[in-house]
Amino acid sequence: MTSAAEDRPPAELTGAELVVRTLVDLGVEVVFGYPGGAVLPIYDAIFKQNELRHILVRHEQGAVHAAEGYARSTGKVGTVLVTSGPGATNSVTGLTDALMDSIPVVCLTGQVPTHMIGNDAFQEADTIGITRPCTKHNYLIKDIDELCSTIREAFYIAAAGRPGPVVVDLPKDVVMARAPYENGASPGNGLAHPSYRPRREPDADAVRRTVELMARAKRPLFYAGGGVINSGPEAAASLAALVRRTGFPITNTLMGLGCYPGNDPQFLGMLGMHGTYEANMAMAECDLMIAVGARFDDRVTGRLADFSRGSTKVQIDIDPSSINKNVPVDVAMVGDAGLALDALAAGWEARGAGSDAGALAAWWKQLEAWRGRDCLRYRNSSTTIKPQYALQRLHEATKGRDVYFTTEVGQHQMWAAQFLKFDEPNRWMTSGGLGTMGYGFPAAMGVQVAHPDSLVIDIAGEASLLMVIQELSTMVQYRLPVKTFLLNNEYMGMVRQWQEFFHGGRYAESYMDSLPDFVKLAESFGATGLRAQRPEEVDGVIEAMIETPGPVIADILVDKEENVYPMIPAGAAHYEMKLGPEHGDLEERSEDGMVLV
Amino acid sequence: MDETAERRTLSVLVENEPGVLARVIGLFSGRGYNIESLTVAEVEHDKRLSRINLVTSGSPMVIEQIKAQLDRLVPIHKVSDLGHEGPYIERELALIKVVATGEKRVESLRIADIFRAHVVDSEIDSFVFEMTGKGGKIDAFIRLMTPLGLTEISRTGVVAIARGKESI
Repeated sequence: MTSAAEDRPPAELTGAELVVRTLVDLGVEVVFGYPGGAVLPIYDAIFKQNELRHILVRHEQGAVHAAEGYARSTGKVGTVLVTSGPGATNSVTGLTDALMDSIPVVCLTGQVPTHMIGNDAFQEADTIGITRPCTKHNYLIKDIDELCSTIREAFYIAAAGRPGPVVVDLPKDVVMARAPYENGASPGNGLAHPSYRPRREPDADAVRRTVELMARAKRPLFYAGGGVINSGPEAAASLAALVRRTGFPITNTLMGLGCYPGNDPQFLGMLGMHGTYEANMAMAECDLMIAVGARFDDRVTGRLADFSRGSTKVQIDIDPSSINKNVPVDVAMVGDAGLALDALAAGWEARGAGSDAGALAAWWKQLEAWRGRDCLRYRNSSTTIKPQYALQRLHEATKGRDVYFTTEVGQHQMWAAQFLKFDEPNRWMTSGGLGTMGYGFPAAMGVQVAHPDSLVIDIAGEASLLMVIQELSTMVQYRLPVKTFLLNNEYMGMVRQWQEFFHGGRYAESYMDSLPDFVKLAESFGATGLRAQRPEEVDGVIEAMIETPGPVIADILVDKEENVYPMIPAGAAHYEMKLGPEHGDLEERSEDGMVLV
Repeated sequence: MDETAERRTLSVLVENEPGVLARVIGLFSGRGYNIESLTVAEVEHDKRLSRINLVTSGSPMVIEQIKAQLDRLVPIHKVSDLGHEGPYIERELALIKVVATGEKRVESLRIADIFRAHVVDSEIDSFVFEMTGKGGKIDAFIRLMTPLGLTEISRTGVVAIARGKESI
């Protein structure tokens, strides 16, 4: 005879409660979101529990960027909750950013009830249609029985293989229906996905061929990107071990900074349009290139026809569609970066012969000669704050500290990539692929939520910051002590630089007139504002920024017309790089570059 | 289309779920790939699998990209490059309306017989012919029928399958 308790059917929860319960069971600690009609039941369920924390942003774009910052600084999946219609459309920029930079994010969107879908209901948008091209995958849940398993699958898809954003669209009637909670097997919960199972183990033959190429190379080069960081800190450690063991030089993409110690002598700096002279020349002249988790972006390659013409190319990537996309390679190795690097290290040890020491010494001599050009040198000033100087001082002041950096997009971003050095992965968050102005400020918020006791600094420009300044209210509300290092040149600096170079100096709409007083602006939100106007004030402001509790905006008034060098003009080759006026290498002013992006 | 462009027939097994076709078409339009022909129908009801037959063209590098891009779509189970993997059969079905009387009507019937097209609808002054075959054969039939009173064409696009005992 069974007891009465066993006879009772399992307790039924609302769909909203199932959402919260599933997220908690998946290990989600925090959701970045903004309420609205279609998601009110989910907010009600969040209100009634204490395991899942919610951070109320001030705009849904900020929620996605915050989740990206959280994800990039922790290696976990970031979670977002927004309402239907405008809540969903406002999240599109963040989703596209996460797609371009391969950041794992799950975005739960509210939707009008299923029977109203397609009727142009209030706050209805075709969220699945709109987000299809800007997500890795998306789901519309029409049946409460699929709710828990689909959310678990969404987290699996977001993180598996090449990570990316996933949208789960939740009609209001589904989150208000009732069903028992089931934590059954599903993708993301022990069960293999029926169709999405990315390959992780590298092909043994590709490993063997690569080891042979490494042993024979005279001018080898590692070229490592964000894929190493996405693979996890162990992959970065494996990369560092292999690079040191072989003695080969290494360059990083913008996304890859931190995957190899930035202060190590084998590190040539970032490559690409505003990369170092030595990194780009090494790319142009190497005879073996080993690309690890890097996708040959146009900002990296310059003119494709002249990109590293003499090299044999090995490409390691977990996404087969990244291989041979822009640049044909000789050895394609599909798999996880960390596993591939470990396999290469094992193959290298097994072979035992080592590298061609004589050739490598000659190669390093050449590399050091290029490095000797000191391509990042700039002419400092005793009266005007140079943005490079401000960043160098910031780097000095934060060296060795537990610090995370985010950036907005533009000149300040490139200077930050050039002048800050990262010795660990997951410490540098920047919008690489999409180039989203307004990324860094909310991303820093997400980083700070994940690392409440760490120093989190957003390197900002005033134009980017004004796109998302409302999130200062969020920072104050949740006591997130993000420090904003605002390199304020009162221009959209990168736009102005391109107008100077390629559009005859006609500064169409790139001057920011009527800027706010950022000190008073910070104060009006209940945060702290600081300002530096002269070079001798920079150190004091940096110190005060770090020491002042709570969020701080440090308004650093920098040289208005400084340009970012070195520069490979869009569509030029690596060897056509311009070093800038300090090197007697004046940029040719030509309108030829106008057509390029 | 550049000089190195080649025509390829891809068969793609997909989860039969809402939006899967939109994902495939969106991929092609978003990345600027060509679609010459596309057919889709459920093929295994129990496993909820549909098959998309796709004819596209591009340089070998672009074709490889198309296959890799398709393969990473979550609901896609298998991408098969038919011509690349061996001999295969390609067929298309067409319904062709010819409005004619007298000698032209007789001639259209005679040509239809040569092409093994079937009359599936007949009025005193019109025929609807059904024919299957490779695209080129249907093109030839249409060319011959045009002066005889062809008024309307409906074609399915290509369906294809590999020869021999191997399955997709």
